[in-house]
Amino acid sequence: MLVFNFWFFSGLAIISALLCITRRSPVVSAMWLVVTMFSIAALYIILGAQFIGAIQVLVYAGAIMVLFLFVIMLLNLGRDEPTDLPGWWGHAITFGIGTLLIVELWAVTRIVPAGEVRLPAGTMDRVMEQEGVVGAISSTLFRDFLVPFEITSVLLLAAVVGAVVLAKRRI
Amino acid sequence: MTPELKGFLLLGLVKSLVGFGALVLGVAFVTWVERRQAAFHQDRLGPNRVGPFGLFQPIADGIKNFIKEELVPADANRILFLLAPALVFTPGLLLFAVIPFAAPMPVSFDFSLPLLGRFVYDDAMPMMIANLPLGLLFVLAISSLGVYGIVLAGWASNSKYSFLGGLRASAQMVSYEVALGLSVISVFLVAGNLTLTGVVAAQQAMLWYVLPLTLGFVLFVISALAETNRLPFDLPEAESELVYGYHTEYSAMKFAMFFLGEYAALITMSALMATLFFGGWDIPFTSWDEGEPSVIVSLTTLLVFLLKTFSFVFVYIWIRWSLPRFRYDQLMALGWKVLLPIALGYLMLLATAIWILEHFNIEQNLVYGLILFAVNLPVIYVLFWILDSGRLVFGYGGQRRMTN
Repeated sequence: MLVFNFWFFSGLAIISALLCITRRSPVVSAMWLVVTMFSIAALYIILGAQFIGAIQVLVYAGAIMVLFLFVIMLLNLGRDEPTDLPGWWGHAITFGIGTLLIVELWAVTRIVPAGEVRLPAGTMDRVMEQEGVVGAISSTLFRDFLVPFEITSVLLLAAVVGAVVLAKRRI
Repeated sequence: MTPELKGFLLLGLVKSLVGFGALVLGVAFVTWVERRQAAFHQDRLGPNRVGPFGLFQPIADGIKNFIKEELVPADANRILFLLAPALVFTPGLLLFAVIPFAAPMPVSFDFSLPLLGRFVYDDAMPMMIANLPLGLLFVLAISSLGVYGIVLAGWASNSKYSFLGGLRASAQMVSYEVALGLSVISVFLVAGNLTLTGVVAAQQAMLWYVLPLTLGFVLFVISALAETNRLPFDLPEAESELVYGYHTEYSAMKFAMFFLGEYAALITMSALMATLFFGGWDIPFTSWDEGEPSVIVSLTTLLVFLLKTFSFVFVYIWIRWSLPRFRYDQLMALGWKVLLPIALGYLMLLATAIWILEHFNIEQNLVYGLILFAVNLPVIYVLFWILDSGRLVFGYGGQRRMTN
């Protein structure tokens, strides 16, 4: 059952990702991207990371993609558009980047993580048993790694301020 | 598969079917309630011809909707146009799966069927379709998806009015989702548990959360109104300016699906309010319902839960027929400049209060709840009687009194 679920959702993720980049209409592409997000959330849940799965749906599928759709619709990009990379050099660039990504993927499967970063088998189950689905993440995030977490939030704040400054001429 | 697993799956199937049927029946009933109640608000009778008190009116409407012609506008994106009504209906239905609607019922069976084999179950069956460890997070995640149906309906119709409705819906729902999530976090903070069964149990041990989390409840009600696109927040529909907004182009059963979706969301949100802030299926002032699980206890608590849910449905409809619609900039200002800061400040206050209470080793009992209620009171007073200067609480009369 678990194996079937894994293949089903990974297949769905890959197919919908392909459809996302091949559809001409931006709205349809965005909807396929939502399906991809969903399949990835399902994969997280299969891996036992239920919290991350729920957050994936809540943040990516529920908020970010809605904003994407909002912007696409607001700019009225809804109808069919020509591709951004016309001509033979466009194909060359896409082919080059694609090859690079495949090589990278192949390299990633070869790497064996160092012993220090690998958790001993069964750690996740034990932590989930003790602290619940959310506690396992929150105690790490808000106790052990509080300072890096806060620095990340400052980074996001800087991005927000930057976006406002760029968008508004007079503040 | 083991016989126990098969018994569990069988029960899950039965519960899903019963839950689905109950929700659809509830939707039909609520449409009737809405029309009758609206009529009484406007001093008329409402539909009272079909069946006793007009109770069969929704069935007649359903048949009418099946027979009507299905129209798809020219230049509409056909697939998305057909998909949108289903996407509106699904989230309301999915949310219903995690709400516990009665005390656990003891179920015990052991039988065999040809081909399928033996089915065994012998335990107190939780009266909810799925007891997810994620519970409330699942609720937040799924309710955030409700907007897709509306946005796609607006875009795929290829019509100005629908399109504006869809745009409004996406901005509104993303804005109010934040306030909704933050008000639910106040429940997390006190309950310390994500599952809805856990929240109900915590309220039985303490107090209904409407008292210790009064402001959280107010925030939840307001943002739930906005999330379900009900008046005074039904800007995406706004029949006076947008000709029913996102479902202008829909006809027959597809239009009815939007209707079903809206009322399913209404019922689920009411059930959530009852569960999160009014003790779920808990019967107040007695611990009889928390004792040994039995069929009678389950049925009584189910009745109590339905009573609570439908009183919220009543309040929803009451609000709809009493208040005028917001202007769009007012809606956005309320969401981002009023609800969001209040919710954030309230969370900090609440977290501090809980930290102090834990510091003094006070257990989660009645006293704990009353102390939190005492923390809420001054905040409520400052917000509604001083900062709001009587507009929300007293309405027009209060405003006049203030200016005199």
